[in-house]
Amino acid sequence: MTRFILRRLGISALVLLGGSVLMFVLTINSGDPLQDLRESNDPNRDNLIAQRITTMGLDLPWYQRYWQWLTGAAGCLVGRCDLGTNRAGVDVGSMLENAASSTLRLVVGATLLAIVAGVFFGILTAIRQYSGFDYVVTFFAFLFFSLPVFWAAVLLKEYGAIRFNDWIADPSVSLLTTLLIGVVLGIVVQGALGGDLRRRLMTGGGTALFVIVAITYFDAVDWWRRPALGLPVVALVSIGAGALMVALTSGFGNRRVVRAVGATVGLGLVSYLALGGVLADPTWPILFGLYAVAVVIALACGWFLGGFSRRTAMWASFVTATVMAGTVVMDKALGAWAGYLQLQPRPISTIGSQTPNFDGTFWQDFLDKGTQLILPTVVLTLISLASYTRYTRASMLEVLEQDYVRTARAKGLSEREVISRHAFRNALIPLTTIVAFDFAGLIGGAVITEAVFGWKGMGELFRTGLTQVDPGPVMAFFLVTGVAAVVMNMLADISYAFLDPRIRR
Amino acid sequence: MTDPNQHEAHEAIVPMPGGQGADPGSLQPVTRVEDDLEGATTDKSYSQGQLVLRRFLRHRAAMISLAVLVFVTVLAFTSIGVGPIPGWWTYNYLQPVEVVNGGRPTLSLWPFSIGEHPFGQDTIGRDWFAMVMRGTQRSLIIAFVVGIVSTLVGTAVGALAGYYRGWVEALLMRMTDLLIVIPLLALAAALGQISGGRNIFVLALVLGLVTWTGLARLVRGEILSLREREFVSAARAVGTSPARIIVKHILPNTLGTIIVAATLSIASAILLETSLSYLGFGVKPPDTSLGLLISDYQNAFTSRPWLFWWPGIFILGIALAVNFIGDGLRDAFDPRQNRKKD
Repeated sequence: MTRFILRRLGISALVLLGGSVLMFVLTINSGDPLQDLRESNDPNRDNLIAQRITTMGLDLPWYQRYWQWLTGAAGCLVGRCDLGTNRAGVDVGSMLENAASSTLRLVVGATLLAIVAGVFFGILTAIRQYSGFDYVVTFFAFLFFSLPVFWAAVLLKEYGAIRFNDWIADPSVSLLTTLLIGVVLGIVVQGALGGDLRRRLMTGGGTALFVIVAITYFDAVDWWRRPALGLPVVALVSIGAGALMVALTSGFGNRRVVRAVGATVGLGLVSYLALGGVLADPTWPILFGLYAVAVVIALACGWFLGGFSRRTAMWASFVTATVMAGTVVMDKALGAWAGYLQLQPRPISTIGSQTPNFDGTFWQDFLDKGTQLILPTVVLTLISLASYTRYTRASMLEVLEQDYVRTARAKGLSEREVISRHAFRNALIPLTTIVAFDFAGLIGGAVITEAVFGWKGMGELFRTGLTQVDPGPVMAFFLVTGVAAVVMNMLADISYAFLDPRIRR
Repeated sequence: MTDPNQHEAHEAIVPMPGGQGADPGSLQPVTRVEDDLEGATTDKSYSQGQLVLRRFLRHRAAMISLAVLVFVTVLAFTSIGVGPIPGWWTYNYLQPVEVVNGGRPTLSLWPFSIGEHPFGQDTIGRDWFAMVMRGTQRSLIIAFVVGIVSTLVGTAVGALAGYYRGWVEALLMRMTDLLIVIPLLALAAALGQISGGRNIFVLALVLGLVTWTGLARLVRGEILSLREREFVSAARAVGTSPARIIVKHILPNTLGTIIVAATLSIASAILLETSLSYLGFGVKPPDTSLGLLISDYQNAFTSRPWLFWWPGIFILGIALAVNFIGDGLRDAFDPRQNRKKD
């Protein structure tokens, strides 16, 4: 196994090297770096031109300039990066640090969201093949797949941000809109859950009613401007998530798993109450530490209470704990929303990734970064979502035709067990390769999205570098994205070997 | 030899256990199954290509999309003309005319009227319909050329790599990895800058030379499995040259995959080219493209939304139509739902 990894690393290094040469040569030949100076009427023009020639090394041949960059970049392997300077003399390395964190935040978030949603919809449509739900989801998948990113981003900027900001100043949902939202959600849920007419009426009608009541309540209480979840809602969501996980994995008949998940939910709620003070103004390391502790507790509950269903119990507890952690974060963040609205009357800003010189509590800062992150993430997610849904659906359909699924059904396992225990895992395997390859495409989408939303990320580095025929920022962009793509490909290969035992041998 | 198209009963020696009380050794009339069926089977049998075509024609979404695509193409090329050939639309895309009613579109659905400027006018008075049509023309041309070039290159690379294995495959696959590691948009942007927006055919050629990697991997995979088949060994045993084996024996079996991938690559080529033009790295002024039109007026969304909606709808429509056609072709070539995805 290690030899395989080392060989792959070696080949990837060579490929990266070749790619860097290609990118460098293309960039420096893509135009005239002195164009704006040649066209200017500045009396100091010739001096400026000479100065720029020295800074950028324009009098050197291309291989010398490349070697200069390569030796600087190779210093990264020993910890002393010198990625050169841009044409104004600013060090590229420092520019890269700020830019990379913005972009990676965006891309990783979008990938995770797209995977979760894509798998969810893919499996659901595969199970309900040829139903109305299937056709609608497939149509939307095609629609998002054919959507031009920049057009969707501008649309979202207008409706998602500007109109939302206008609305939040005096929020109210008209009766017609409430009814419409309730009915639409009801239709979606009954399509997803399927069943005979009576069951569909119950699930659809129940959902519609619940949503309509909830929105009317929110409106009455001005929840939009002063939201709060509070212990009841957090407890409800946690218990619901726990019940869902139990239902999906082993069914309520298995007492051990029920006990393990129940213990996780109970301990989680207790710690939520106990840690209220710590969570009032934490820092990111504290939050991650608490999440790690929660995961350990969940896995311990599963291990000790699981009995012979240990692995199922651990998995169900882990997912429940993650959902609970997310709900608690939402609760705290929403608690800070009212204060945030005082500081920022128009919450969703459309320029930049965070408000400069923002001074608020941790949660207000979280909201600030979060609201700026939502729209670009949604844009990027939509495109990957479409292809992940289609691939998962196709893969799931193929798995459901397999002999072992027929055997499982013939043995008498319930459909839920057949799908969650046998089909689900095997359907996910091809998705790992898709995600790895899609990552590079997502970077491209991030370049466009950053252009539309005015983020100062790596896309900005690349664009200005290319327009100014400046190889420094462009090569830095390539370095990060190339290394990320190589790492993702390696991860995909390793996880493929891990998930499919036939490949290991 | 009996003619299978004959429907009359014919005599045959068939043991009929206790049939009609006759002596089992004697000849009994045998009725063919088809005689008993109402609406007996047709006589025609279809070739592979015809079967695929029939399945494709039955796919409703693909047929609608094909109609839409043909309509848009014909509209784009005939309305304002292409090259020296004039079109039937009164305005052209270069000439500003007097701004009427703030440039608002005159198209209305009820009562239906086209009006002077159905898509409106831009800020200096040029007819927006003509400009959108011109942009559509450019984008369509680039998309088709990119699709064709990338299909040809991808098939060639994949076929050579898959058939010859060894160092040829290693070299070609490393080249493919090279192009995969660099984000496509970055590579295309750099190449777009170099080709300087002079000529859209140069731009299309250059884009086609970097978008073939997906198809190459697909074709290589198919050929890897096909080259182990008996007909290939037979052809090799007879002394057929490798080129002839690839072209005449192996590639026709992969035609389905190739055609589907070619269609889908046209759709992604449209999106790639419009994105590049939006960022400023693709088609440059004075020539126009749908992406360029959107980027020029993206800030005018609140005041002049028609400037934003029409080009976007055309991009979306064309890409959607091509994607549906590709899906229809995929279903036609392999009606089983469980195709392995790459």
